[in-house]
Amino acid sequence: MEDIIEVDGLTKKFGDLVAVDHISFMVKKGEIFGFLGPNGAGKSTCIKMLTTLLRPTSGSAKICGYDVVKERDHVRSYIGVVFQDRSSDRFLTGRQNLDFHARMYSMSKEERKEKISEVMDLLELNGKENIRLNNVSEGIRRRFEVARGFMADPKVVFLDEPTIGFDIKARMDLWNQIRRAKEKEGTTVMLTTHYIEEADYLCDRVVIIDQAKIVAIDTPDKLKEAVGTNLISLQIDCEPKVRKLENRRFSNANRNNGDFMETIKKLDWVKRAEEYSNSILLNVESGDGRVPELIDFADENGFIISSIDEHKPSLEDVFLHFTGRAIRDVEGGVKGMKKKGEIK
Amino acid sequence: MKIIDPLPMYTMWLREMIRFFRMKARLVSSFMMPLLFLAFLGIPLSLLPSGSMPGIPESMNFLDYLAPGILGMTLLFSSMMAGASVLWDKEFGFLKEVLVAPVNRLSIMLGRSLGGMTTSIIQGFMIIGISVFMGVNVSSVSGLLLSIVFMVLICATFIGFGVILATQLGDMEGFMSIISMIQMPIFFASPAFLPMEMMPHWIKSIICLNPFTYGIDGLRGSLVGYSTFPLIHDFVILLVISVVLMILGSYCFEKMEID
Repeated sequence: MEDIIEVDGLTKKFGDLVAVDHISFMVKKGEIFGFLGPNGAGKSTCIKMLTTLLRPTSGSAKICGYDVVKERDHVRSYIGVVFQDRSSDRFLTGRQNLDFHARMYSMSKEERKEKISEVMDLLELNGKENIRLNNVSEGIRRRFEVARGFMADPKVVFLDEPTIGFDIKARMDLWNQIRRAKEKEGTTVMLTTHYIEEADYLCDRVVIIDQAKIVAIDTPDKLKEAVGTNLISLQIDCEPKVRKLENRRFSNANRNNGDFMETIKKLDWVKRAEEYSNSILLNVESGDGRVPELIDFADENGFIISSIDEHKPSLEDVFLHFTGRAIRDVEGGVKGMKKKGEIK
Repeated sequence: MKIIDPLPMYTMWLREMIRFFRMKARLVSSFMMPLLFLAFLGIPLSLLPSGSMPGIPESMNFLDYLAPGILGMTLLFSSMMAGASVLWDKEFGFLKEVLVAPVNRLSIMLGRSLGGMTTSIIQGFMIIGISVFMGVNVSSVSGLLLSIVFMVLICATFIGFGVILATQLGDMEGFMSIISMIQMPIFFASPAFLPMEMMPHWIKSIICLNPFTYGIDGLRGSLVGYSTFPLIHDFVILLVISVVLMILGSYCFEKMEID
């Protein structure tokens, strides 16, 4: 398959701040390609460079073979963009906004009419088109913007955080609508998101971006495989309040995560242990009864497990694995420290 | 790509029209100030004996003299705001939608300016209507048509100026905080209110440097048949200035980045 987006060493600096740091990737025709990362990772800046709104500081990017700086008029005629923040005229109705867009792309009257009803069907907007946008819900307005993105027969549609602020039902609907629109119009889609589920559900391939750099790039399944097949995350109670039990086995409790990391090496079915800010993630060989076995093991060695959970890897774990931080932590502004302890 | 894309340009114009007629409150409020000036300044001062103000011919009453000035003021204020509307669009995100379209920015700028011009001139005609109602004598129909030329030039000049200012300041807060500091001197340092013959010598030279002066003089010459300078003189000066400012404005708009 041909590469429809080619990005090579793209960099953007705002003064001393490096917003996007030498990123390179290719997007194949017909893919839904996702940029996953916390807020402030540089996703939107990257999209703005690819959509010709910002000039890169260095590096290059091509869309459909056209350079985003030197041939930006060509690039503009091949792309549809749905911006992160509102970008429609709220004093006009949904239909007027779509019509306005079509005219900007010099579409004829018949083309406009046909295309508007087509995208309104795809995004399920019929009946809403004659209301001024300051009187419709945020979700509807957003869907009009997505509809608009697909309207002028773009080769690539960029969606910057398409479902931000949506409830789960609206989000699922929009995902399906985006998929359908992509199939119907035969476009390539590149989206940014900080929602793990969104990247997982919607994207064929995902780039994980953190602090302006790409940390991993692959299909969601392959990324998860890289983390492991079975994961157990657990928390050690470092200051147990249950000492009053004065149980013999807890006599040497009050140990910390580091001790546990050392001790766990004794278990041969633990392939890898990683420690994050307050939890430990174990990559284990598959088998039955791993959790009870682990609890017994902790008991015998004088650790108190305050919580434990066995799960299949998610992109959340992938993010944790590659950046050492949970995506939630980054958003909350808390930077989890990463200490890795490789076993075997 | 073509230098001018007609359909997108027309679309930008159309959008300005739709928005203009949607915002009725703005329309009503834009008449308030001209109306107050004409009623509370124009009518009382027109009771002064004729010939008592230097620079106003004896045959003319002050209301006739003032009306073109107030018309000019309305055009000045609405044009500057039309130029700054690029910032509103930026604020509400709509500008991005326009800037990623495969349309050259000159067409966008021109379409937008034509829209601003049309709405300003519609307001201008309403002011003329009010003035006539209050007793201003418009000299002739041909004069009325000639005044359109000057209205267009005044609008082009100050829309261009507004766009330059807007793109350089980058945000609405910045623009709003200095707009009155710029608008008011332009307005007062012109013969819009009072004839320059009544001003001290040093103010006179400032007035002669103000492009708005030639717009007012042209409007007055065409509407009520009295001007300080020959009309062709007003026309040429204003034409040159408006073309220069429009070109500069387009250039600034072309260079604008969205962050």
